[in-house]
Amino acid sequence: MGQWAGYLQLILEGAVVTIKLTLMGSALALVMAFLAGIGRLSRFAPVRWLATAYIEFFRGTSIFVQLFWAYFVLPLFGFTLTPLQAGVLALGLNVGAYAAEVVRGAIKSIGKEQYEACTALNFNRWQGLRHVILPQAFVLMLPTFGNNAIELLKASAVVSLISLSDMTFQAQVVRAQTGSTLFPFLTILILYFAIACVISFAIRGLERHLTRGLDGIRS
Amino acid sequence: MEWDWAFVIQILPTLIEGAKITILATVLGYILAAIVGLAIAIVRRSKNKLISRPMGFVAEFIRGTPLLVQLYFIFYVLPDLGLTLSPLVAGVIGLGLHYGTYTAEVYRAGIDNVARGQWEAAKACNLNAWQTWTQVILPQALPPMIPALANYFIAMFKETPLLSAITVLELMNQARSIANYNYRYIEPITLVGAFFLVISLISVVGLRWLERRYGRID
Repeated sequence: MGQWAGYLQLILEGAVVTIKLTLMGSALALVMAFLAGIGRLSRFAPVRWLATAYIEFFRGTSIFVQLFWAYFVLPLFGFTLTPLQAGVLALGLNVGAYAAEVVRGAIKSIGKEQYEACTALNFNRWQGLRHVILPQAFVLMLPTFGNNAIELLKASAVVSLISLSDMTFQAQVVRAQTGSTLFPFLTILILYFAIACVISFAIRGLERHLTRGLDGIRS
Repeated sequence: MEWDWAFVIQILPTLIEGAKITILATVLGYILAAIVGLAIAIVRRSKNKLISRPMGFVAEFIRGTPLLVQLYFIFYVLPDLGLTLSPLVAGVIGLGLHYGTYTAEVYRAGIDNVARGQWEAAKACNLNAWQTWTQVILPQALPPMIPALANYFIAMFKETPLLSAITVLELMNQARSIANYNYRYIEPITLVGAFFLVISLISVVGLRWLERRYGRID
């Protein structure tokens, strides 16, 4: 049993990398989601086209291909990225494209009377979005954002293939060193599931916090 | 580094070989996912909580963990338990199980959308369980599910490059071995990206058509 403790520590070190990657990727994805989601609703056609091109491109190609492209092809254009940077970039941009559609859908689902109220209060477009529309839309986005974050966590396993020592990579190291397969892979499956449970628990808590006092106002 | 068309022509036949395996894995994986999903959806509807609860947990577990790790599990752990699978078979099983948990949700929503009166009418007509499902419920439940099911087909197609990690010689693996052998990454990886982008853009058009034809679920 003693030897497993050492290997478990190796896997836990990988778990830290996985969690770091998930947090940083989610932060980038959140920024991209709002930029592209609001961009798609812009009055200016070029902004709409740019946002649509971004969303279709990153949703249309596989995360795996994007990651390899960022890691192996970008250096040929003079941008050399560390595996962690390439991982955060690919994961954030990929999941951001999916989340952008969530942002767009939530903003569009806000009723017309809210926009009319903004006009009545003499808000400009930005003020209306900032103070009236987004606070209501954000609550609607949260549950899907939680699912997106779990998708990002799952996709982060792919970075092990560009030699970033995340949880999956460490499990492969343990497999290579011990020849045991059940222990490392079962351990990381359980750890991934535990992290996913924490994410959905946190999102549900945040949702409860943000909707406090709204019962009965919105169905 | 310059884009070299001569090199593109030279590697194209190998990439097409890989693309064939990618498509084969997608189609086989999806057939399995459709069956596994239906089985999960039906078991989760069971009134016996001893059956439906564990099934629900297993489905949640598979959905909450990465496909890549599941593929490793099937490919490396099962042989130790005495079940050796070829890479392609392991890959198809992995894809089928993982996406089966997603299609199960689609089936569940579709079956729940069939009005209660239909179940009661089937009972009133003295149909047995098999007849109720095949002649009343499924014919109404299936068409609205088609767009959502097609959506997962495309999502699964985009995940097939993961099979290269368990040595299936699909498109991504062929591209990587070409890249490593010739030490030229730009053409093979970009071509793979372009392949997926073109297929997805075409399938988006197809999906819009399916949505118009069969209507959205939700």
